[in-house]
Parts: sequence; structure tokens; C-alpha cells
Amino acid sequence: MNADAPVGDEIDSLHRMVYRPISQFEALQEANRCLYCYDAPCTKACPTHIDVPAFIRKITTKNLQGSARVIMEANPVGASCARVCPTEQLCEGACVLQKNAVPIRIGDLQRYVTDFARDRDLTLFSPGPSSGKRVAILGGGPAGLSAARELARFGHTVTIYEQKPHLGGLDTYGIVPFRLPVDISLWEVEQVRKLGVEMVTGVRVGQDVDFNHIVNSFDAVVLAVGMGTVPKLNIPGEELEGVWDALALIEQVKSGLFKGSLGEHVVVIGAGNTAIDAATSACRLGVPEVEIYYRRTQREMTAYPSEFNFAKQEGVGFHWLSLPKQILGQGGRVTGIEFLKARFAEDNNGRPVPVPILGSEFVVPTDGVIRAIGQSRVTEFLQSSGIKTEHGVISVNSNGQTSHPKVFAAGDCIFAKGHSEAMVVEAAQQGKIAAASIHRFLSEKNG
Amino acid sequence: MADLSVNVAGIHSPNPFWLASAPPTNSGYQVMRAFEAGWGGAVWKTLGDPIVNVSSRFAGLNWKGSQMVGISNLELITDRPLADNLREIREVKRAFPDRALIVSLMVDPVREQWHEIVKQVQDVGVDGLELNFGCPHGMAERGMGSAVGQVPEYVQQNTEWVMEVAQVPVLVKLTPNVTDIRYTARAAVKGGANAVSMINTINSLIGVDINTWSPTPSVDIMGAHGGYSGPAVKPIALHMVSECARDPHVNVPISGIGGVSTWQDAVEYLLLGATSVQVCTAVMNHGFRIVEDMIDGLNNYLEARGIAAVTDLIGKSVPRVTDWGRLNLNYQVAARIDQEVCIQCNKCYIACEETAHQCIDQVPQANGKTMLVVDEEECVGCNLCAMVCPVEGCITMTDVSTGVASMSWQQRQAQTWTDVSL
Ligand SMILES: Cc1cc2nc3c(=O)[nH]c(=O)nc-3n(C[C@H](O)[C@H](O)[C@H](O)COP(=O)(O)OP(=O)(O)OC[C@H]3O[C@@H](n4cnc5c(N)ncnc54)[C@H](O)[C@@H]3O)c2cc1C
Ligand SMILES: Cc1cc2nc3c(=O)[nH]c(=O)nc-3n(C[C@H](O)[C@H](O)[C@H](O)COP(=O)(O)O)c2cc1C
Ligand code: SF4
Repeated sequence: MNADAPVGDEIDSLHRMVYRPISQFEALQEANRCLYCYDAPCTKACPTHIDVPAFIRKITTKNLQGSARVIMEANPVGASCARVCPTEQLCEGACVLQKNAVPIRIGDLQRYVTDFARDRDLTLFSPGPSSGKRVAILGGGPAGLSAARELARFGHTVTIYEQKPHLGGLDTYGIVPFRLPVDISLWEVEQVRKLGVEMVTGVRVGQDVDFNHIVNSFDAVVLAVGMGTVPKLNIPGEELEGVWDALALIEQVKSGLFKGSLGEHVVVIGAGNTAIDAATSACRLGVPEVEIYYRRTQREMTAYPSEFNFAKQEGVGFHWLSLPKQILGQGGRVTGIEFLKARFAEDNNGRPVPVPILGSEFVVPTDGVIRAIGQSRVTEFLQSSGIKTEHGVISVNSNGQTSHPKVFAAGDCIFAKGHSEAMVVEAAQQGKIAAASIHRFLSEKNG
Repeated sequence: MADLSVNVAGIHSPNPFWLASAPPTNSGYQVMRAFEAGWGGAVWKTLGDPIVNVSSRFAGLNWKGSQMVGISNLELITDRPLADNLREIREVKRAFPDRALIVSLMVDPVREQWHEIVKQVQDVGVDGLELNFGCPHGMAERGMGSAVGQVPEYVQQNTEWVMEVAQVPVLVKLTPNVTDIRYTARAAVKGGANAVSMINTINSLIGVDINTWSPTPSVDIMGAHGGYSGPAVKPIALHMVSECARDPHVNVPISGIGGVSTWQDAVEYLLLGATSVQVCTAVMNHGFRIVEDMIDGLNNYLEARGIAAVTDLIGKSVPRVTDWGRLNLNYQVAARIDQEVCIQCNKCYIACEETAHQCIDQVPQANGKTMLVVDEEECVGCNLCAMVCPVEGCITMTDVSTGVASMSWQQRQAQTWTDVSL
């Protein structure tokens, strides 16, 4: 790994994994418990449709290489997903044993198998015979990698443009190290690189290279730029030292670049998974008191129940119905944050919206404020291309095709805000869909 | 990809995995599905004079949460008209010309009847025939199946009748319900068989319902002995395959049957001399899709060892199967317990203490736990502790031979004899 690679073994608590790996003994016992259902609900519930019974059966026959192939075939970032997927909402939530017993620990088994493949650095796939077609992928996160892997296997020549020094997107830079160590993500990147995919790093499309130029130079393009930084709260005091963008903080922590201290007390604004990740990172950085303030209630928060429970176990406090009014400071540093209490009113669509209660101001003295209220869109660079977007979300049809026939999109950049959270596994699946559509598109153009 | 193709006495198959003649190969629809799933060959459900089956037919032996460790069945040969079967066989062969399609046959032990059915089946274009001299119930009561298969002379006679008209390779499928399978195997070879397959099902009565007192499977309130198959029979079948493989008089290819569920089972069969394997119970339990891992696992196994072709496995363990009297009496192993991984379940302790040779000690530790320590001087190397240990790799049987030259019982007897005669 290069010198600029994300590292971080200085801070051990940051790398103490949330879940310990399953032992061989446990893996075999658990695998033998699998019923090997036909038309299995776990496979249907997985957005990438990993053949779960097949990969588990291969554990029982000690064909771990074959097992890893089944997983990674369906999901090019299957090693990361084994750790970050909300399995209780997906495969494990669908397990038929849920009814009479305990669901199979599919995520743990998937981790066991992909760890085996990583430890031995198995090469699981090979590129297809060259088609002579060239495809550019913008963004090297899960969506881009997944598309690249599939396109390379179809035989197309693939170039990924990535603004960061490393690929992997949020898997490499955004998901906290104690849930997803960086080497897992980078192994998946190497698996894709081995297929002959060219990876151009440190290049920001729209800034260092013109988007329209790329569209003209390639046979097809995949937009997989994800989302951007955390938007501002738009309240006074955000320029103070001690106010953090959650993603910037996590990135520094994960890259081992974070030095110094966050102080004795930190407030996190928001209640999605990013907020949980920022709050638990703060805990693991040694902040004694970490509190999450959210403008709605536990019911509306988008963090998964397992994430919520994990944060509580790590010692994070939760406060509901609180609207930030201003960040207070002294000598350029944060000293506190003022909130207004909120109550629910109904908006035009009958949805509950938090409205401030007049005169309910209260101040929380604090050393740091981390904003974690979602992510901004990074699609301005598309404006001159005429590609259709809606509130910054790229519009696509069910094949992942944008309004420009040559341009496809996948991952967080097509994720329209709803009640759920964006997921790595969805990005992976969309990358596969975009790749399959491009393959069809290019084959049709040929024939 | 390693070369997985095999050739059983002229029957070519892209991989060694065949479906055994049984309910999974009852119809064209099923065999087509199996071939789509990847099976290299199939032996069609035994054809003959269509019979009437009973209901219910099977019962499973469940053991500690594992279903169908063995099953017993009362099913007979096909209950479908010959013409339907022949039409479907032709269709399947046309759709899958690269797979091995073998048809199992059973008729009365009458020369003309054999000639008649062999000709009819050959006409539709099959790759081989398998003579079912094995069905241990029902058909045997009618003088067929194992009633023929248990008597070497009948086996030879019936095989000869078939060979008089056979134009494709013929396998003789043997019954395990005999004292020494080599006699019937040799008889099949003498009769002209091109290959032998084994085993058919084993006589069994799988259980009694302790509430109703009816044997299982029950037909009305009655039961009858059935044929036993599944993982539980594999050791019996492996023994029979290896006995035939090392018998110079059974010098024909073997198709191994009995309890095959995984690629590892197949590797064992091949190492002990089988050229292909046949599967019934495992697909009845899990469906045809298990063949995907069988092919994948076998290929990965071969590639990992740099073995180019699966045929390179065939018979590799046969020279290592010998008679007891030739085993080295001076070889000695002793159990070693890896304290790092031991979970102190004490299962090895009680096994050795009460049922073996009292050579594992419970040594109290400062932390209140006990450490299990083997007295290697006393250990006879029976393997029992390693067998009861639930933790893989915890107990290893280690070679502690003293370097004394190898000496078998036979050699010792010969020496004693020499000593005495001096
Ligand atoms: C803090 C946090 C925690 C999360 N936890 C989980 C979790 O536990 N489980 C889960 O399933 N999901 C989680 N997610 C969501 C998940 O990370 C995303 O859904 C997923 O990474 C989306 O993949 P993507 O490839 O679309 O985008 P990204 O991973 O964001 O990758 C986009 C890539 O494009 C690059 N890029 C952007 N613009 C340009 C440009 N103009 N030129 C060149 N390169 C560009 C970026 O640098 C980045 O590498 C989490 C997200 C966050 C923020
Ligand atoms: C329900 C059932 C029906 C069977 N019918 C036949 C048959 O018609 N002809 C035959 O040669 N063997 C028959 N067999 C035996 C199988 O082909 C096979 O030899 C035996 O089941 C052992 O293999 P297994 O352990 O993989 O099941 C039957 C087995 C079962 C379980
Ligand atoms: S499997 Fe069940 S449903 Fe099907 S024939 Fe047998 S008893 Fe009937």
C-alpha cells in the first residue's frame, strides 16, 4: 500500500471490530444448520441475489473457493457487504428459520468465506475476450467497481476516473474502520484491477477533465459519483473551529490522518447511519460524552435498529425533537450549541414535520458539533451535458440509462431520498444492471 | 478447468456424476431438468413389466437434527408403460447428446424376455444398459432383482442372455445383500458384463412408530422390509467397491453408488476404484442443483493439486487397501491435545476412561479448570478421543513409532513358524 493509503493502526479502539469473526467451528455448525431452501427467500431478499444456500452448502463441503466465487459473482463488493449490510433487513430477515428458530447468520458466513478468499488473495474471475469497446466509469465506489467488474468480464475495456487517491468510495473513506477496515475495500479494488481495468486516480471529472470530452471519447459512460459532503445547517456559528462535517471527520479517522482531540463533549446533529457512525467514531476517539440531537423522533430516524442499538451500547445519548438554532463560540472555538424544542405539525401531504416551539430555546455546552444531516449532490458538472437530473439526482430508466443514450448511472447518485438509507449492496446491484445494459447497448450497436 | 470427463467401458460422460436409477430418473421431464443442472449422466428408472406401487413408500432416518441420514424404500421398478419411457428416452438423448444415458432393466429370468427388452431399448439410442440384479424387496419376491443378484450362477446366466444381443456397453448393478460381493461381481464379468455398478439398496427395517406400533414406512397398518440408501450406507458401499477394485477377477470399470452427496464422497469412490458415481438419496433430499457444487468442488480440488484429469484419481488408494494381516504392527500413533483450542468438554476424557484405555488425565489448573493431558506411554492410538472431539484439529494422532522395522501379523506368523521349525 502506498504512503498515502488510508491507515490507522495508531488508534486501536478504532479498529476493534464491532463483530468478531466467526470461527471455523461456528461456521461449520451454522452452515450445517442451513436448510438449503429452494427458491430461497434470502436470495430474493439480497439486492444482488447472492445464491445464499449455494454458498453455504459449499462451506459444508469445504469448497470455500467455490463459495467465495458464488458470493463475489453476484456481488463484486461481497466482502464489504458481509460487514456493512443491514442483514436483519435483508437476507437474514427473510430466513425461513426466523419463524421457528434463529435465522442463519448469513452475514457472518459471508464474511468467513470472503476472508478466506482475501487471506489467500484468490483470483476469482477473468476478463472476457476483448470486444474493442471502451467504457468510462466516473467514480470508483461500490457502484463504479461493480459496473467495472462486470464490463471487464464482458470483454470491454474499462477506465475508471476517481478523484481520490484510492478507489472504493465510501467503503474506503466513509464507513467507520471498526465496521469496515480499509483493506477489505482495497482488496475488492484489486480484484477489479486484476481484470485489466484502468484506474485513473486524483482526477475529478468536471474540474480536471471535461465530462463532454469523456462522453465523446468512449463508447459508453457510467456515472457512479455517489454523493458529496454533508450540507451546512445554515445557522450562525458554522465557521467555528470544532464544527465538523461528519464525512470529513470519518475520512480523517479512517485514513489515520486525524490527530488531536475532539474534546470532552460532542454533539452530533442528525439520526441516519452517518450520524451513528460519526457519534460512535467520536466515542472510540475517546470523547467521554457524545450526544445525538435529532429534529424528529426515534420512529422517523433512518438509522437501522441494529445501528441505533450499537450506538447506545457504545454510550451515545439520544435527544429527540431538537432543532439547532445557532452554534456558540469563543475565540473562534465552539463552546456550545443552542436548540429549539420542536413539536410535530402536519405538512400538505399529511406527513409530520417538526416545527419550533416558540421560547423553548436551550443551550448545550459542548466542545464540538458534528453535522450529519445527509449528503449533498455532486452532479453540477452534468449541467452542460443536458443529462436530466431532479434535485441533483440523476434520472434513469429501469436499465440504468440516463436521458443520454450512451450514459448510464448507478449507486448513490441515482438514489432519491426516501425513508430508507442508501446501501452499498444496492449500489453494487445497480452497477451490475448498468453494466448489463451497456453490454446489450454495445452489442446491439455492433450487430 | 480440470478435465472431468470419464469413460466407463465406452460410455462417455462430461463428468463422473450420474443419477442412479430411481425416482429422480423416472421420466424425461426429470432427466432433462437434471441434465440442465449439469449431471453428466443418468441411469433411467428400471424398465420392465410396469408394476403397481404401494403408498406410502419411503421413510427417513433422522439423526440429531440431520434429516435423511438414511432412507428406506418400498418402491419397485417403473410403473409407467414401456412405450412412454422409450419415447422420452429418445427425446432426452436427442436434446443432450453429450450426456451418458443408460437405461436400467429388469425382467423375469427368461432369455427371450431379456432379448426382447434389450432390443427395444437399444433401438431408441441409449449409451448403455444397466441390469438391475439388486432390488431387495418386492421384485425379489417375484424372482427378480436380488433374487437373481444373490446367486452367482443366476447373475452369470442372465448377463449372458443380455450380452447375446447387446450392442451397447452393459453394466451389472449388484446387490449388497450378499456375504461377499466379489462372487457376484466375478459372475457378472464371466457373463460378459462390460462394467459393474454397486450398491443397490440394503435390506432394512428403518423403524417402528412407537405410538401406533406400525413399522415405517407403513402401508395401511403394515410394513415390510425395504431398501436402505443414503449417507449411512456409504461405508458399506465403499468397502464393496474397493474389494472389487482390488480383485483381479473383477477387471472391469466400476460405477460407485451409495450415499454420495458431495464432491468429497465422489473423490473417495474414485480413489477406491470407481470410474463414475451415481446418486439417488442426496438429490431426493436437495434437488438436482447439488451437482453444481459437486462439479465445482471436484474441479477446485483437482486444480489445487495440479491434477489435470479426474481419471488420474481412479484407483489411487486401491493399493493401500489390504488385508488386516498385512498391516504394520510396529506402527504406533498417540493422541496429542492442542491446549490452545481445547474447549474442555471432557468428551475425550470420558471416552478414553470408560471405553478405551484410561490414558487421558484431568489435570487441575490454577484457574479452576482442568487440562486434559494424554499419557502417551499408555495411549494405544485407537483414535476414539479424536473422533469424539467436537473441535476440528484439537486432537491429532501423532506418529510415535520407535523406528523398529515394519512387521505385519502375517510376517510375524511366518517368523514364528520359522523359529519353531528351527
Ligand atoms: C457514514 C456512512 C456510513 C454508511 N454505512 C453504510 C452501511 O453500514 N451499510 C451500507 O450498506 N451502506 C452504508 N452507507 C451507504 C454506502 O456507503 C453508499 O450507499 C455506497 O457507498 C454508494 O456507493 P457509490 O459507488 O454509489 O458511491 P460512493 O461510495 O460515494 O462512491 C462514489 C465515488 O465517486 C467519486 N467521485 C465523485 N465525484 C467524482 C468526480 N466528479 N470525478 C471523479 N470521481 C468522483 C468519489 O470520490 C467516490 O469515490 C454509508 C454511508 C455513509 C456516508
Ligand atoms: C426410492 C428408491 C427407488 C429406487 N429404485 C431403484 C430402481 O428402480 N432401480 C435400481 O437399480 N435402483 C433403485 N434404487 C436404488 C438406487 O439406484 C441406489 O442404488 C441406492 O439408492 C443407493 O444410492 P444413494 O445412497 O445415493 O441413494 C432406488 C432407491 C430408492 C431410494
Ligand atoms: S413428495 Fe409429497 S406431495 Fe409429492 S408425491 Fe410424495 S407425498 Fe405426494
